[in-house]
Amino acid sequence: MTTAAPLLGPQERATLTRPILIDNPIGIQMLGVCSALAVTTRLDKALVMCACVVFVLVLANLAVSLVRNYTPGSIRIIVQLTIIASLVIVVDQVLKAYLYELSLELSVFVGLIITNCIVMGRAEGFAMQNPPWPSVLDGLGNALGYTVVLVLVALARELFGAGRVLGFDVLPLAAGGGWYEPNGLMLIAPSAFFLVGLLIWALKTWKPELQDKEG
Amino acid sequence: MEHYLNLFVKAVFVENMALAFFLGICSFLACSKKVETAIGLGAAVVFVQVLTVPLNNLILRYLLAEGALAWISPAFARVSLAFLSFILFIGTIAAAVQVVEMTIDRFAPALYATLGVFLPLIAVNCVILAGSLFMQEREYTFAESVVFGLGSGGGFALAIVAMAAVREKLAYSDIPRGLRGTGIAFITAGLLSLAFMVFSGIQL
Repeated sequence: MTTAAPLLGPQERATLTRPILIDNPIGIQMLGVCSALAVTTRLDKALVMCACVVFVLVLANLAVSLVRNYTPGSIRIIVQLTIIASLVIVVDQVLKAYLYELSLELSVFVGLIITNCIVMGRAEGFAMQNPPWPSVLDGLGNALGYTVVLVLVALARELFGAGRVLGFDVLPLAAGGGWYEPNGLMLIAPSAFFLVGLLIWALKTWKPELQDKEG
Repeated sequence: MEHYLNLFVKAVFVENMALAFFLGICSFLACSKKVETAIGLGAAVVFVQVLTVPLNNLILRYLLAEGALAWISPAFARVSLAFLSFILFIGTIAAAVQVVEMTIDRFAPALYATLGVFLPLIAVNCVILAGSLFMQEREYTFAESVVFGLGSGGGFALAIVAMAAVREKLAYSDIPRGLRGTGIAFITAGLLSLAFMVFSGIQL
């Protein structure tokens, strides 16, 4: 019998780290963009949202991968949706119990993790074909890739829009006797589009092989 | 009447699903390369939205809300199944999409040929689920949920068609290499969103 595959061999490490920088779910695969933009006005909201996505994505990938050999192809979408929806209900109930204020602000976006394309996309694209352990790593990697983009965008929006990071004053506001005049554009919807667009530009300039061929 | 008109205008312009709430952005960016495709997807979204939001409203009111099951036995008078709403909503949406697809295929083949490919896709479109979730959060009545479904679906259709028209023109412009494709699509969406900000605060 051959030796068991190592828990974190080179291949496993690649599965984990590739989605974080290179094959980023938001920047390159275009998955899960919807919720990413809406919760980034403050860093704490973004962090809670990321924690929810990490939890749901890792467990959904694990569960889908465990039942992949028993799921007929014709009903796999329903099976995946049921698994994901159950996990999201758990997350939502926990948030309502322990972080009620924040759950009000996240409003419908926690529920929308169900239709977040990252979760469905990875379940369908990776977990259905791979054993449980790589699927967990893939889920974790993609969720972290999502986190990186969300944290960067939220950091920029909160810092330049309100002069704060996580609620602490960083740039003293002009209204309170400081020198920084907050940029109101950062707090409204369009700035999220601009920031993600610029982020993708930066990523593609840094890694030219990712640029669109047909473009 | 004025109340419903106000709700409609608010859902289409002020609280535009795609440009103000970032919902359905995945398909918003993926299906907006040609105006024809955009119109097809937009029409399908309006159609399914008008159907599922009122349907989920009824389910919420008569099955899930606190005390809704009291007719079975008085013991259920204080039972609230509202925590099941996510899974039931998504189930209703998937089923409604399936039924709509089969009905159109049977009775209007021409329409099916236009909408066909988009119908299964929008079962997992966030706009549809978000419509139902907003309806639950804001506690709309049945009539309000019909109007809201029409308005939110129409707003999404308007946004995606506008976006596709802009992107068709973009094909002729010289864009920096790294910005081509998704990068410029995001920036365009940002500019469109900025234009829609003009409507904020409109009240009839």
